[in-house]
Amino acid sequence: MKAVRIVQGTAVPLDRTDVDTDQIIPSDWLKRVERTGFEKGLFSEWRDDRNFVLNQEQYSGATILIGGLNFGTGSSREHAVWAIQQYGFDAVISPRFADIFRNNCTKNGLVPVTVSDEVNEQLMRAVEADPTLEITIDVERLTVEAPAIGLETTFPLSEAIQERFLEGLDDIGLTMRHATDIDEYETSRKPWMPAQA
Amino acid sequence: MSQPRTLSQKIWDRHVVTPGVGGAPDLLYIDLHLIHEVTSPQAFDGLRMNGRPVRRPDLTVATEDHNTPTEDQDKPIADEISATQIETLRTNTKEFGIVHYPMGHENNGIVHVMGPEQGLTQPGMTIVCGDSHTATHGAFGSIAFGIGTSEVEHVLATQTLPQARPGTMAITVNGELQPGVTPKDVILHLIGVIGTGGGIGKIIEYRGDVFENMSMEGRMTVCNMSIEGGAKAGLIAPDETTFEYVAGRPNSPVGAELEAAIEDWKTLATDEGAVFDEEVIVDAADIKPQVSWGTNPAQVMPIDGVIPGPDDFDDPNLANTAARALEYMDFEAGTPIKNIKVDTVFIGSCTNSRIEDLRAAAAVAKGRKVADGMRTLVVPGSGLVKQQAEAEGLPEIFREAGFDWREPGCSMCLAMNPDKLQPGERCASTSNRNFEGRQGRGGRTHLVSPAIAAATAIAGHFASPDDLA
Repeated sequence: MKAVRIVQGTAVPLDRTDVDTDQIIPSDWLKRVERTGFEKGLFSEWRDDRNFVLNQEQYSGATILIGGLNFGTGSSREHAVWAIQQYGFDAVISPRFADIFRNNCTKNGLVPVTVSDEVNEQLMRAVEADPTLEITIDVERLTVEAPAIGLETTFPLSEAIQERFLEGLDDIGLTMRHATDIDEYETSRKPWMPAQA
Repeated sequence: MSQPRTLSQKIWDRHVVTPGVGGAPDLLYIDLHLIHEVTSPQAFDGLRMNGRPVRRPDLTVATEDHNTPTEDQDKPIADEISATQIETLRTNTKEFGIVHYPMGHENNGIVHVMGPEQGLTQPGMTIVCGDSHTATHGAFGSIAFGIGTSEVEHVLATQTLPQARPGTMAITVNGELQPGVTPKDVILHLIGVIGTGGGIGKIIEYRGDVFENMSMEGRMTVCNMSIEGGAKAGLIAPDETTFEYVAGRPNSPVGAELEAAIEDWKTLATDEGAVFDEEVIVDAADIKPQVSWGTNPAQVMPIDGVIPGPDDFDDPNLANTAARALEYMDFEAGTPIKNIKVDTVFIGSCTNSRIEDLRAAAAVAKGRKVADGMRTLVVPGSGLVKQQAEAEGLPEIFREAGFDWREPGCSMCLAMNPDKLQPGERCASTSNRNFEGRQGRGGRTHLVSPAIAAATAIAGHFASPDDLA
C-alpha cells in the first residue's frame, strides 16, 4: 500500500444516503480477475444519466468524494474501493461508513473520513455552491480543513490504521511478525474443529 | 468470578492470538475460510507476487457459485469472462492444495449453503468469506463475517485477521409468531426496525422464544441478513436444535469427540448479567408477512399495507431516500401492495434456497398454476439441496405448476450469471438485497419469503398463500 499523508483538492458532492456497493461497482464488473481497470465501472449505471454529478464538468479532477449516511453499504466487494481510487479519488467523506467498505478502504490507502452530520451537510452545500472549494485532509493530524468556508474539524482513525496509512505498511508483513504467536495459538485449538485431509 | 460476557465476546476471546494494545486491533484466529471465484483471484495473485504460501489449506474450502449458470451445467460456461474467473479459481485451488467443489459436483452450491451442509460450520468457530452474507453461519453460534479481497489474502497467508473488537447488540423477540409469518418476515421486519445502519460496528445476538423455536434453516435466514441491518455479524446461541443439525455431517465430530464438543458448545451462551451495548425488543405478535417496497432492505411493509410516501417519514434523510426509491420503483404513495403486478418470481439465494424454503414454496405451488406471462426461477442452493428436493418430488410439483426448476447457484440474487431482470421488470425475490439494478440493470426487486413468492407467482400480483383460491 502506498503511504498517504495529505489529500488536498476539490470534491464531488454525491448527496444520497445508502450508496451501496452495487451502485459503486455493478456486479458485471466483478467477473474480472485483475485488480485494475475498474474506473470505468464506477457508478456506471448512474453515469448513464448525463446530469449525474460525476458527469458535471465543474467537478472534474476532484480527489475527494462526499457521500451521505451509510456509504458503502451492501456487498463485501473490494472492487468498490478499487473503482473509487482508480477513478481518481483519494478520500471519501461520510457521516457513517458500512463496516466492510471502511475496512477495505484502509487496506488500499483510500482515506475514510467520518464527520458529523452537520459537517457533512456543510461540506455538501459548500461544494455544490463552489465546486472549486479546496479541502485538505491531513492523516497525520486527523483534520479536515476548508479554509474558504472557515471549516476545521477532526476525524477518527485508530492509531494502528493511521500508522499504516502514514507508513504505507503491508498488513500481512505486520501480522507475520506474530508467526510464533500464531504457531502457539494453533496448539490450543479444539481438536474437533473441521480440517480437510 | 469473572465479568459476565455476551456470547460473541466469549467466542471472540477464544480466538485472540495477540490482544491489541492501546486501541490497536486484536489479532484474531480464523477457524474456517470459505472462498469462491469472485473475491479470491486478486488475493491469490497477491500471494504469488510475494512468494507466500497458504498457511492452512486444510482450513480453507472453495466452491463456485456467483457466476455459475443455472441451466446446462454439464456444458462449458458460455460467458467467457465468467468462465475465466471460474477457471482461475480451479487453477488457484489446485496450485495451493485447497479442497474445491466445482460446478456439477454434488457438494457444489452457494457457499453459505454448502458450509453448514458439509458440517464445516460448527458452534464456537470464527468463519470468514469474501462475501457479506457470511453472517449466515452465525446461526450455529459462530462469529462469521464477510471480508474484502485484501483480507482474503491476509487469511490465506496467516489464518488470522487484525480486527477491532466489535460492539454488542441484542435483538430479543419473545412471544409467538402469527400463522404465516416466516423467518424471512422476521428478519425483514427487524431490519425495518433498526434501519440499514442500525448494526454498524456491532455483532447482533438474536435472542428469545422466536429464535429458540426456529429451525436451523430459519436461523440461517435470519443471521444471513444481519449485514442488511449494517451489522458485522449476527448469531444465535447453540442449543439442542443446533447439535442435532451438526451431528452426522461429513466434517462433524463423532463419538466421544462429538460428546466433548457438545459439552463445550453448551457453555456458549450469554452469561446472566452480561450487558449489551444496545438492546432492541420486539413482540413476535407485531410481525406480519413482509414485502420490501423500496431500494434498501429497511424499506419494508406488511403485505396488507400500502406504499408509503415521503411524508410518512419524519427524518428528512429517510424521506429523501423514500422519494428517490419511489421514483426508481415507479410507485405512487398509497398503492395497496397486493394490487402491484409482478413480472418475475425468483426463489433462491443464500437467504432462502434450502430444502425448507423449497418445501414452503412447493406447498403453495402444489395443484396450482403460475399466472400467465409470469417468469419464474426456482434455484436450489446446492447440489445436495437439489438431490433432496428431487427425492421429495418437489421439481415435479414446481414444473406442473409452471415454475422453472433450475440448477444450483447464486443466480438472480445478484445477476452475475445469465439470470437477470430486464429494465423496468418487477420481481418478487426471496433474496436479500433490493438495491437499484441488483438483479439486472433497471430491474425492480421486492424482497419476500418463499411462501409469498410462490403465492405471488400464482396470483400475478403480491399475494399471501391465504389469498389464493
